[in-house]
Amino acid sequence: MKRRFLPGAGAALHSAMNRRGFLKVSGVLVVGFSSFSAKPGEAQILQTALPGSPALNQVDSWIAIGADGSITAYSGKEELGQGIATAQQQLAAEELSVPFERVKLIYCDTGITPDQSYTAGSQSHPANFNHGNLAQAGATAREALFQLASQRLNVPVDQLTAWDGVITAKNDPSKKVTYAQLVGGRKFNLTLSATAKRRPANEWKVLGTPVGRPDLPEVVTGRFEFVHNVRLPGMLHGRVVRPPLVGATVISVDESSVQGMPGLVKVVVKKNFVGVVAQKPWQAMQAASRLKVNWSAGTGLPRQSDFYELLRKQPARDVLLIDSKDSEATLGQAATVLKTTYYHPFQMHGSVGSSCSVADVHGDEATLYSATQAVWYQKTTSAMVLGLKPEKVRVIFTRGSGCYGINGADTVTYDAAILSQAVGQPVRVQLSRKDEMAWENYGNAHVMEERAGLDAQGNIIAWEHESWIPSKGNRPGTGTPGNVVTGMLLGFEPQPFSPGPAQAPRAYNNNSNGVPSYFAGRVAGKAQGTGRIASEKALVHNVVSPFWTGPLRSPARLQNTFAHECFMDELAARAKADPVEYRLRHLSDPRLMEVIRAAAKAANWETRPSPKPNIAKTGVATGRGVSCVLYEGDNGYSAAVIEIDVNQDTGEVTVKRIWTAHDCGPISNPDGLRNQIEGGALQAVSRALGEEVTWDREKVTSVDWRSYHSLPLGFAIPKIESVLINRLDEEANGAGETSITVIAAAIGNAIFDATGARIRQIPFTKDWVKAALEKRG
Amino acid sequence: MAITLKVNGRTHRLDIDPATPLLYALSDDLALNGPKFGCGLGQCGACTAIVNGTAVRTCITPLSTVAGKEVTTLEALGTPEKPHPLQKAFIDEQASQCGFCVNGVIMTAKAFLDKNPKATPEQIRQALSGVLCRCFTHVRMHRAIERYAKEVAR
Repeated sequence: MKRRFLPGAGAALHSAMNRRGFLKVSGVLVVGFSSFSAKPGEAQILQTALPGSPALNQVDSWIAIGADGSITAYSGKEELGQGIATAQQQLAAEELSVPFERVKLIYCDTGITPDQSYTAGSQSHPANFNHGNLAQAGATAREALFQLASQRLNVPVDQLTAWDGVITAKNDPSKKVTYAQLVGGRKFNLTLSATAKRRPANEWKVLGTPVGRPDLPEVVTGRFEFVHNVRLPGMLHGRVVRPPLVGATVISVDESSVQGMPGLVKVVVKKNFVGVVAQKPWQAMQAASRLKVNWSAGTGLPRQSDFYELLRKQPARDVLLIDSKDSEATLGQAATVLKTTYYHPFQMHGSVGSSCSVADVHGDEATLYSATQAVWYQKTTSAMVLGLKPEKVRVIFTRGSGCYGINGADTVTYDAAILSQAVGQPVRVQLSRKDEMAWENYGNAHVMEERAGLDAQGNIIAWEHESWIPSKGNRPGTGTPGNVVTGMLLGFEPQPFSPGPAQAPRAYNNNSNGVPSYFAGRVAGKAQGTGRIASEKALVHNVVSPFWTGPLRSPARLQNTFAHECFMDELAARAKADPVEYRLRHLSDPRLMEVIRAAAKAANWETRPSPKPNIAKTGVATGRGVSCVLYEGDNGYSAAVIEIDVNQDTGEVTVKRIWTAHDCGPISNPDGLRNQIEGGALQAVSRALGEEVTWDREKVTSVDWRSYHSLPLGFAIPKIESVLINRLDEEANGAGETSITVIAAAIGNAIFDATGARIRQIPFTKDWVKAALEKRG
Repeated sequence: MAITLKVNGRTHRLDIDPATPLLYALSDDLALNGPKFGCGLGQCGACTAIVNGTAVRTCITPLSTVAGKEVTTLEALGTPEKPHPLQKAFIDEQASQCGFCVNGVIMTAKAFLDKNPKATPEQIRQALSGVLCRCFTHVRMHRAIERYAKEVAR
């Protein structure tokens, strides 16, 4: 099989420019985008690039026009299945006024494309569709092309129009010139212009339309090449042998136990990393299972049943998100005070395909085919793992199974790299299901306390949120291979943890959605939240996790929103208020209020308090619940109304209908957005109803699809209706993690509405719901 | 030991351990991208191929049990240029996100509808009860399969 990108072939593909020439001199740079209204989060992750990256402020890093008129766009944001490649191709086509098919998009290859940090956190849409990066590079290129055409044709710029790579005089179609004639095969040599005008959204021809995914014909016919399908000449197959227990270390490895096994090439042991390489995948699997490794005892795990309580007793690094300093006093004056605690378990990314990578390490050079979310950090950390210079490591993103955050993609890339280095030949490694599930970086468990006071009229006058969040490791950054299991086995430490007291917040930052939507969010005299509650406090206790953790789709935001939005419902019930009306009463942000109203309208929401009147205590009960969020405090509005059935005899919860409303600014591709909303909503249903990492005193016990419960294609799928609010004049926001954030709370609220039982712990399994129903009396 | 394998209408002689699961012969020896290793335990469906008309989990099916039988993989249904109507329905409904599970979904649905051309949506749902999609593209996938099922029924 021929590789699409052979090592080194990338440069040849793009011979129009010698990128390496300026890669060497760009170094770490800080691009002066201060004139753009980049948000603090964006500023941090978008304005610097690692050494070797094409400069983020140069048009040539993003756009190339070939001698034949071909148009190539380069991006540091990759296609994980979320549809962003399609949208980026639309964006480049729009800014350059060409049909969608005319643009070739290349993303996340450290030999070619700019460093845009992680493809994560719903940041691709804001990063590349607003003021800098790909959008502004397209606008700058367009402006330059129009200026060149104006000179060539002797026609003023405002008298020119462009389509399909041809610029024409509006009044004289015979006067025209092609992009290829103007710059084909040459560099722009231009810095991104802050003043170059984007194509106005109300004139979009390509962006904003439901363009289909160009990869689907190959995906559905088996021609598409996942990282799992990368086949290099002379490629061998590796298999890792992970410790049987958490914390176990290698005492000795008996290589004679696999001596003479068919196809075996090598046993590789490096500190606590153990792996085998064989000619064929099945031979590698056989050898790995036969290999006798003498492991030490593990370090033990806390009892799962006590775990949530244990979290509160750990040394903590405290972070104060908001503190009006009067919340305790105001609670003391309240007519009614409610205090509750919510619990969210560790959950898995649980990619349907276990993670895979192909590495080709020979001499002092490495080429790594990886489904990592951050090719540039994979490059620098793989260099550390291999003992090579970073400039000698090339990482080529190649799509894996959907990851939803950090699955095993990074760790398996180190596995493949180490094994390839040991044998001097290309090696493919795919993890076993158990190795994927027992050692991935889980989405964090959360314990969340909520305390609020109501006045005599039932209005909220004070609210405190306090959470305990265990974490260890993370996605690898520039220098932290120990953030994932292979790095740790090779002797690297995870990013350090040091306990300490909270500092007073200096700026409003609700990136984690630790601050409920109903808070005024006042910091340094300025209210920047989305709500009206002025007496407010949100405090986070970060503690050490016994397991590796890392971002799982809507990290912390889903957990916090579960607590905030269920608690808001509890307050509404105490005030005997309708849950929609009660939310609107305490909100100030018109866009957040609008998505709630839109979802409620779509659902024909009946205005009344929860729970329903006259609930029978047996049989099937039906209820509805609502929930909302401004994702990350500034990155996409979402609301959901959910209708459920609860079988009160068995405890089984069935989600019947989901109505959602979304506002992520201007919609780049409405069908892609719907696909994300639908997938996010159902993934949330699965996580809310059944997903939980389990363990005994030595090891993780949820290690396959019998012990970790994902809803299959055969489950009773709810009908989903989505209202899309298209705001062409607003900033582009994230869209991949909004619907998933609001679902768990809406289900919990619907269970309460249907049955009168409030369930404060995820997942809502049959047994758990039944127990809660029995407690009603 | 040599095994004779009939895959997508072609006969292959493979010198391979007969205990090897079919998946590895398909994805490694025959370099097919359709069937995929998802779990290796027969729990997710990503490795599904059709053997003598029945959907089979190739990751737990030893080669020795399929020698001489007709093995069909996703590649044999259609091509990007000329997709099978079921594949076309997936494109028309944009029924994919990451796409890793699509092989198992299409091959399971195809084998079921070949045998049950008048299946109801509820029966189709039941037939897919052992297939996982972690992107949860369920709504669109069922829409695509039902669209195709209506064509088959006609």
